[in-house]
Order: sequence, then structure tokens, then C-alpha cells
Amino acid sequence: MALTVLLLCAGAWLATSVVALAAARRSTATSLVYALALVVGAVALGAALDALIYSSDSIRAAVLPIGLPWLGAHFRLDALSALFLVVVNLGGLTASLYGLGYGRHEQAPGRVLPFFPAFLAGMNLVVLADDAFTFLLTWEFMSLASWALVMAHHRQPGNAKAGYIYLLMASFGTLALLLAFGLLAGPAGGYAFDAIRDSEPAAGMSAAVLALALIGAGSKSGLVPLHVWLPLAHPAAPSHVSALMSGVMTKVAVYGFVRIVFDLLGPPEWWWGAVVLTLGGISAVLGVLYALMQHDLKRLLAYHTVENIGIIFIGLGLALAFRANDMQVGAALALTAALFHVFNHSLFKSLLFYGAGAVLGATGERDMERLGGLIHRMPLTAIAFLAGSTAISALPPFNGFVSEWLTFQAVLLSPHFPQWVLKFIVPAVGAMLALSAALAAGCFVKAFGATFLGRARTAAAQRARETDALSLAAMFLLVLLCLAAGILPGYFMDALAPVSQQLFDARLQPQHLHAWLTIVPVLESRSSYNGLLLFVMIAGAAWLAAWVIHRGASHALRRAPAWDCGFPDANPATQYTAGSFAQPIRRVFGSVVFRAREHVYMPPPGQMQPARMHVHMRDLAWDTLYAPLDVLVGFAADRFNRVQWWTIRAYLSLVFGSVVVLLLVLAIWN
Amino acid sequence: MELIREALIQMAQLVLLLLLAPGLTGFVRSVKAKLLRRKGPPIRQPYRDLLKLIRKEVVLAENASWVYRVAPYVIFATTLIAASLVPTFATGLLFSPAADLIAIVALLGTARFALALAGLDIGTSFGGIGSSREMMIASLAEPAMLMIVFTLSLLAGSTQLWMVATFLQGPDVGLRVSLAMAVVALIMVAIAENARIPVDNPATHLELTMIHEAMILEYSGRHLAVIEAAASLKLLLYFSLIGCVFMPWGLAAVGQGFTAYAVGLGTYVAKLAACGFLLAVFETGTAKMRVFRVSDFLGAALMLGLLAALLLFVSQTT
Repeated sequence: MALTVLLLCAGAWLATSVVALAAARRSTATSLVYALALVVGAVALGAALDALIYSSDSIRAAVLPIGLPWLGAHFRLDALSALFLVVVNLGGLTASLYGLGYGRHEQAPGRVLPFFPAFLAGMNLVVLADDAFTFLLTWEFMSLASWALVMAHHRQPGNAKAGYIYLLMASFGTLALLLAFGLLAGPAGGYAFDAIRDSEPAAGMSAAVLALALIGAGSKSGLVPLHVWLPLAHPAAPSHVSALMSGVMTKVAVYGFVRIVFDLLGPPEWWWGAVVLTLGGISAVLGVLYALMQHDLKRLLAYHTVENIGIIFIGLGLALAFRANDMQVGAALALTAALFHVFNHSLFKSLLFYGAGAVLGATGERDMERLGGLIHRMPLTAIAFLAGSTAISALPPFNGFVSEWLTFQAVLLSPHFPQWVLKFIVPAVGAMLALSAALAAGCFVKAFGATFLGRARTAAAQRARETDALSLAAMFLLVLLCLAAGILPGYFMDALAPVSQQLFDARLQPQHLHAWLTIVPVLESRSSYNGLLLFVMIAGAAWLAAWVIHRGASHALRRAPAWDCGFPDANPATQYTAGSFAQPIRRVFGSVVFRAREHVYMPPPGQMQPARMHVHMRDLAWDTLYAPLDVLVGFAADRFNRVQWWTIRAYLSLVFGSVVVLLLVLAIWN
Repeated sequence: MELIREALIQMAQLVLLLLLAPGLTGFVRSVKAKLLRRKGPPIRQPYRDLLKLIRKEVVLAENASWVYRVAPYVIFATTLIAASLVPTFATGLLFSPAADLIAIVALLGTARFALALAGLDIGTSFGGIGSSREMMIASLAEPAMLMIVFTLSLLAGSTQLWMVATFLQGPDVGLRVSLAMAVVALIMVAIAENARIPVDNPATHLELTMIHEAMILEYSGRHLAVIEAAASLKLLLYFSLIGCVFMPWGLAAVGQGFTAYAVGLGTYVAKLAACGFLLAVFETGTAKMRVFRVSDFLGAALMLGLLAALLLFVSQTT
């Protein structure tokens, strides 16, 4: 039932795309398309929730007679796909709601509307697919739909390049997945996932499949060093699409990784965990350091996706290591932590992108150095953005903290690994996780402070108006969910239990039975956390302190100019900017990670020119990996360029020679 | 019955913290003054300052937003709740299952987040300099603190603070290299987090060197009082933490009689006095370091913490 509903929903989205193509020029098209997407999204979310919570133990499958004639299109709905469908459709629902308001400012709706529902359909179908062909086809469909959305504003500087790099990386990733499925299916060519599950993998093959899955899913989700396209492409799209790409599509990539490595590939070996952990730790720290150096609000958020994907992969790596050592409790805990972070990140990253979109719509600016003081002009957006910032910085009582806390608990369960490599890597990765959490808080003080606090730095920021009610509704829906997942985490963790049951045959103890809704991952004497109690106590203590002081002592208040140690300056340029805020952290970390160099030009005495400071930073991932590759491709292209000027005889002999060589190879092979 | 008893201990601890915190700050100041051969203010001076401040009117900068007015109470409440979860004179607190050591560190993170935002709210250069440096220091101090938490919880097999304290009171601790490293790292973190010399100077208003004071430069009246109280509470929290983990003697356990509590209270005050005295001596004997030396100082703390955790990982057999 639920599977049928979901497939029908995907069909409905595709139909909406066609409607959008036909009606794109009408003025009502925007409202119509987003309203349809919203309704379909609500139905799909209901079906996915029903499948996850009420009937998670039953598996539904369907084969549709489309696609390859001897294969058909297999679809399946189990606990894992149900969870990711909840994430996808919750993101799709709020994006459609936000789009109803935000989409009205769109300059070229014809470039956005047809692709938005198609993108939603693509993501749903990837998660439902149950054979390699359908998976790759829908994966590529999802990539292309999102590429079209990235290119919506293709005339703006930088966007065409972003789209080009995205297209390259997406095709490269799909190629890796194609090879991975080829290896999984083996010489017999059983492309249905059931056949792959039943087959025994050859010895060296699983390592190759792991590497290919890491490249394929990692490039889509933004794992360092495959992240380079992400901070270019995600900000280029319209903001609600940025939210979908950063908050949801990266999660579909995580789904792809989990499906291949945890489900299809068979029992893991311990070093898989070490590889995934290392990549996750590096992504977490580098992602947040890159983010700290940005002054474009949307690009900063995109780099934070790299960080959070790193945190998710840390959890997944731990789960693999526990699983390989037959530690079921640890495996269930690490997987629950990773999946809970998947859910949480989709909530607060969407929320933050909606906030950034509201700022962009109100001021036309993404550069934080040209914003400031928006809390006075857009008070509600400021509240929502602040809640999202608190959540993503892993601060209690919001939800980001709970999933990072669970990851820490999984790290602390792991000193009993017998492998020495893991004994060294796990605490180091724990330190990286702690470092990234602390740096994230610094980064969001910077982002919120430079954008919303202080004084307006430009006339555009001075004139900003609060955004529309529908956008605000989408944002506050997410704020409520962030808070709910933070203070009642037990219910959310219980909803994740069927997934670890399905993959590991083990689950955490039911959490909602504990007194006062405390969460206890393993044992009460080991660790426990109660977000509800903390929230009530903090709110109560703050309110009581304020009440006592206001009633008992004084509530007089006078407004006066700022003091600023006696040197107040009316010029808003004297404020701390985003760049100056991050300068100490750049001095501490940047000289190593980015080879940051500062050049100061001091005019000679007596001259009235301003002093100038330039900061030169290098992106090492780009410089060491992609730039040489670029040079290599250019060199090869130059060499092959000569082929273009051959005569027809030369071409014919080339074709003939190739055929002869191929036949010879075949003859020798057999 | 058990519930009522735990609730009573929890309430008693809350009140005790509120009463003791300003006194501790006053004590440290007074010892420092004595060491410098000054007469110095009496220990009760911080109480008087707080009472005076909450009765004065607030002078608020013209473009201050609600963040600026709410932040002091958020900082105070999170610090108070975090402090109330650290066992001071007895274990068996009612709310201790609500937050383990990691959550306590994160609660202090929430307080710092609010304070740093408040520093940026008016849009002055001093607020910005304070927030920016505070977050730089936190970016190293918080991971170092978490590494110390890792070390302790690997030893005790639990992140619950009362379990850690009970374990360290017990017989099977022994002398451990990891613990020695962790205590040094914890002291370094405590100095940095409480804006003490050599990282920051709580008494300075010299423009270019201040960090904590720069963030709260524009605060006045009751807001300032609440922030000062929170700062005192934070110092008390770190002293309690050091006392409860590395000097766990005298902590009254669950189910002991009245005398145990009296002894616990006495030893707690003695521990605070010892820590306060040592802090004052240390501060008097050291010079403040340049801001960009702080990263070396805290980097060393982080490395010590990581090394301590790593040693435990390596030394654990299956």
C-alpha cells in the first residue's frame, strides 16, 4: 500500500513537471506548481512515516514492466528506505511551502518550476529503487534535475562554472557507482538487489566496491577531497533548491553508501571502518575550517554540509568497525547516531538555507560583509536563523547536540577493538569531532553576528523588510522540529530502531520507556541525557532570575549611545566584519591548512594612501588534486587534437586496426 | 523518600552555589591583593557589587536588540544548571541523570555562544574583538576539555560525573600517567575558560588585551550583575569539577548519614579555598601572554588530553 502510494506520488510529481512546462508563462504557475508539490509531498511523507513507524517489519516490493525488458524496474520499501524517504519528503514538503512564498520573487520561473517536482520525484525513486539499473537511472535523473536547477540563474557570474564542475563530478560519481554495481552483479549479471544480496562476493572485490562506493556516494555527498563542486553548486541554485540539495540530496547519497556497503556488500572487514572514519574526520574538520574562511552566507552553509557529512561518516565508520568485530550494541549505537544526524542535519540545514534565502530576497546580498543589523528589520527570520545556528553548533537543548552526543558515546564504547590501527584512529577522530563542533560554534557566531547583529553596513541592509508569511511558516515548522528532536530525542531514536534491526539484527533499548524521557544508549550508569529536563530547567532558571530581579530590584532602562571605551564611531565600517572575526582562527589554523599568508602594504611616512592588507589562501585539495588533473587532461587533449586533422584514409585505417586488435584480444581471451 | 532526599540535596547544592560563588571571586581577589602587599577589598565586596548593580538602572546602547537583553539570563541559567550538576559535597543529585560530563561541557558552550553573540550585537569594535578572540580560545579549549572527559570516562567506564567521582574514590585507581596528564590539561583549560592570567586578565580594561571584559564592555546595571554572577559561578564550577574528580575525598555518597554531609560540606569549602589560593599564587607569579601565544598554550592542553585518551585506548586489552 505505502509503496504504491509513494510510486504514485513520484508519478504525480513528474506530471506536475509537465504541467509546469506547459504553464510556465502564466502568472499563477508558481503557486500552482508549488501547491501541487506540497500536497503530493504531504501524502508521500505520510506514507513514508507510516512505513517507518507502524509497519516497519514488513517489506514491500513491486516490479514494474519498464526499463530493461529482461529486468523490469524493481522497487522496494523497507525500514532503511522508509527512513530516508521521511527525510526526503520532509525536506520536499518544507521546500514546497517555502517556494510558495519565495518563488514569487523568481526572475525566470520557467527555469525552476519544471525541474523542482522532477527533482523531488528523482530523489524518491532513488531511495525506492531495488535493482542496479533503476538505481543508476534515477540517480542520474536526480543529478540532472538538480543540475538544471543550479543553472537556473546561469547568467550570474560564476554559476556557469559551478554547473560545469557539478556536471563533471556528478558524471564521475555515477561512473564509479556503475562500476561498483558491475562488480557486485558479477559475471552472472544479476542486477536486482536481491540477487546481489544472495551472491557471495569474491575476496578482492569487496575492497574495490567499497572504494567505488566511497567515490560515487562521497562525491555526491561532499566528502573531502571530492567536495569541490558542492560549495560552488549548492549556493548557485535558488535558496529552497539549495536547501534541498544540501539538506536532502546529500542524504540520498548517504543512503546510496549505506545501501551498498551495509546491505549489499555482505559482512564488513575492520579496515573499512578505519578508512571511512578517517575520511569522515578529515571532512568534518576541513569542512568547518573552509566555512570559517567564507564571507558568502550561502557558501558558508554549503561548506558546513561538508562538515556534517563528515560527522555522519564518522558514525558510519564506527558502525562498520563495531560490526566487523561483532560488537552489536556499539554497531547499533553508532548507526543510530549517524542516522539521527542525517535527520537532524536535513532539518537545520534546510532551515538555515531558508533563512539565507529570506536575507537574499530582502537585501539582494549574500555577502555578509555587506549585511548587518537585520535582527531589527527581519526579527522573525532572525529568530529562526538563530535557532538553526544553535542547532548546527551542537548546543543543547537543540537536536544537533543529541546526535553528536550519541556519536561521542559510540567513540567511548570503542577502546576494546582488537586492531591497533583502530585504537589509534578512533581517539584521534574523536578529537577531530570535538574540534569541528567547537569551530562550528565559532563559525555560526560569525554568520549570525555579521548578518543579523550589529549595525547595517549598506543601504540595502538598512532597507530590508521581513520576508513573507509562507516562508516564515516553513522556517518555524523546522524550528519546532529541531526543538522537538532536541528535547524529546527518545521518540526519534525509537523510530530509527527498525533500521539498525534490519541492517545489524540489533537495536538500542526502547527509549520512550525511561523515566522522564531520559535517553540511555547503553546503561544508565554509563551515560544518559535528558533534553526536556535541561530545557525546562534552563528556561525556568532564566525566567526566575529575570522575574526576581525585575520585581525585587530594578526594571528601569534608559537608551543611550554606545560607550565603546569612550571612542564610539558612527561609521558602521568600524564594526568587526566576518573576515576580521575569523582572523584569529585563521592565524591559528589557516597557516597550516590553507597556507594562508598575509601581505601588509604600509605607505611610506608622509603619504596619505591607505594601508592595505591582502590575505592569500590556497585550497590544497584543488591545488594538489584537481589542478594537476586539469593540466593532464589539457595536455592529453592537445596531443589528441592532431587526430582532428587526419585524412579519411588515416581514419579508415584506424578503425580497421582497432577492429583487428579487438578480435585478436577476444581470440586470445577465449 | 529517596526522591525527596535527592531533591533536597539538589536544592541545597543550588543554594550553596549561588551563595558561595561571589565569595570565591572575592577570596581570590583578596589573596592576590595580600600577595602584592596591598590591603585589597574585603571578601564580601563582590556581594555588595552585585547588590548595587541590580538596583541600578540599565543604560542600553541605542541599537541593542533583544539578544543583548536576553543573553545575560541565558548565560546565567545555563551556567547555573551546569554547575548544579557537578557534585560538590555529595553525590546522588536528583538531576544528575539529565546531563553527563559531555552535556555539562556543551551547556557551557551554549553560555559562551550567547555571550559571544551579545558581544557582536551593538556593533562596536571592542565587542567584536572580544567575541572573536573568545571563540578562537574556545575552539581549542572545548576539544581539550572533551579529551579530558574522554580520559576520565574511559577510566571509569562512564561519562556520568558521579560515577567518575565514585570510581576515583575507589581502590582500583592507582597512579596513572593519563590522570596526571588530564589534571594538567584540565587546569590549563580552566585558566583559559575563566579568563585568568596568563590567557586573559579579569581585572584589565586595557583596550587591546581584554577578551572577556571586551565582550561585556557595554553592559550595565542588572545585566552586568547577572553576567558577573555567571562568571563567578563558572569559576566555582571548574573548582568543583577539579575537586570532585581529582580530590574526591569527603564526598558524601548516597544513603550516608548527616555527619557525612557535614564532613562533605567542610571538605568542599576547604577544597575551594585551596584551589582559590593556588590560583591567586599562580596568577601573581605569571605574566599575561600575547593573544596569539594562547593557541600554543591551549594546543598543549589539547595534545595532553589527546595523549591521555590515546594511552588509555592503547592500554586497554579486549
